[in-house]
Amino acid sequence: MLSSAAAPLRKTALHALHRGLGAKMVNFGGWEMPLEYSGILSEHEAVRTRAGLFDVSHMGEIEIRGPQALDLVEWVTCNRAAKLAVGQALYSGLMTERGTFLDDLLVHKISDTHYLLCVNASNQDRDFDHIVSQNKCEAEVENAGPRYSQLAIQGPRAKQILQPFTPVALDPIRYYHFVFGKVAGVACLIARTGYTGEDGFEIYFDPEFSDRLWNKLLQAGEPFGLIPCGLGARNTLRLEAGMCLYGHEIDETTTPFEAGLGWICKLDKGRFLGSASLVEQVQAGLRRQLAGFEMLDRRIGRDGYPVLIAGQQAGRVTSGGPAPFLKKNIGMAYVPPASSSVGAEVEIGVRGQAAPARLVALPFYKRTR
Amino acid sequence: MYPSDYRYTKDHEWIKVEGSTGTVGITDYAQHELGDVVFVELPRVGAQLKSGESFGTVESVKAVSEIFTPVSGEITEINSALVDSPEKLNLDPHGSAWLVKIRLSDPQEVAHLMDTAAYQAYIAGQAKEHSA
Repeated sequence: MLSSAAAPLRKTALHALHRGLGAKMVNFGGWEMPLEYSGILSEHEAVRTRAGLFDVSHMGEIEIRGPQALDLVEWVTCNRAAKLAVGQALYSGLMTERGTFLDDLLVHKISDTHYLLCVNASNQDRDFDHIVSQNKCEAEVENAGPRYSQLAIQGPRAKQILQPFTPVALDPIRYYHFVFGKVAGVACLIARTGYTGEDGFEIYFDPEFSDRLWNKLLQAGEPFGLIPCGLGARNTLRLEAGMCLYGHEIDETTTPFEAGLGWICKLDKGRFLGSASLVEQVQAGLRRQLAGFEMLDRRIGRDGYPVLIAGQQAGRVTSGGPAPFLKKNIGMAYVPPASSSVGAEVEIGVRGQAAPARLVALPFYKRTR
Repeated sequence: MYPSDYRYTKDHEWIKVEGSTGTVGITDYAQHELGDVVFVELPRVGAQLKSGESFGTVESVKAVSEIFTPVSGEITEINSALVDSPEKLNLDPHGSAWLVKIRLSDPQEVAHLMDTAAYQAYIAGQAKEHSA
């Protein structure tokens, strides 16, 4: 995890505060980020049962403006941005011409001529270059990451904790919708989105106000059981919720259909980058498919471990580890479609030994609303 | 924090020798680096090990860490309570969360291990490397 050479790690505006809170810091995609504060298990539990506050300012923002903005978004992404209402967000994929993932992202429609894309930190610059290279319609493309900090407040009590800080009524904001409003006097984009499987908000604002917002929310949240959470819990939470992570379930070799993300791939919306390859794939049939598994003994199938079907290697674990809330060891893996049915018994190669596992439906965890 | 009658390895195991038996565990530094421990795999009683050989694994949410025996000998006892309560390793790594007991085949090997002062200096150096 530690690389000695290479460029210095990037830091968010909250770096010093994380250090002050005693966070264990790690290199994540070129950013020095908090892995954990009090511990992954307690942070995970806080988000499932109360609330957690995450600094996700490493995430990238790309803004697209102009009369042709929608055309460009529709060309480079696979979901149907055209159906978005102002104030609505959409999970989508940034496609290569082979119909594979250059990244996954959230598309926010700010106006008919203005879209904000939230992309993965490590892909930000490459995504921007790609979009610019595909921009045949003179839309304005801005790599806006440095203009934003982003906090995620997640968990069943997130709304309760956030509400006193904003005149915006949070309750009417529907899932995957957003509004502009002030939080603690700071102008924010407040989106009801998240990467944890819980209710919550992701707020985007000028980095200058990072300390103020972080400290206010942390203080106000304390009586509600809110604690600061790091990328460790973010990963166990999203895995439990069956969400894909770029570089694990999805990358430049995987398509939305293989990843179980056919629902974000709208082949009937008209041509887009990669759509021809995706049509071919649908016609030819999939050669592999993402599946969830749970371990049947106490061993842990981890990222990169082989998946064995009838004793033969049939795939690899893309993400695997403990599911702290479900108290099981779970994971996701690519397997041949013929062997991907729920209930199928497989084995995970755990350091040279075959450990029994069973394929289960995704997501592993779904909150009760 | 680090008991003065223990000896330590560069891989962050400790051993407490009483007569011809050593009790082995992982250090507080190791448990802190690992984070929440969720799984411990220990050898069978009777296993014969050479010093430096891997005899089990400790897994946290994020990582798998092999454990290496500081000395050669035969495993005489394992702390099976850890199998059901691996989190004890985060709470009491130098005490009740010991891993195995081993009958030393060559008590001279202990002399090659770090004493408490040397180990503390060693982890201070590691911490510095991390924050650099």
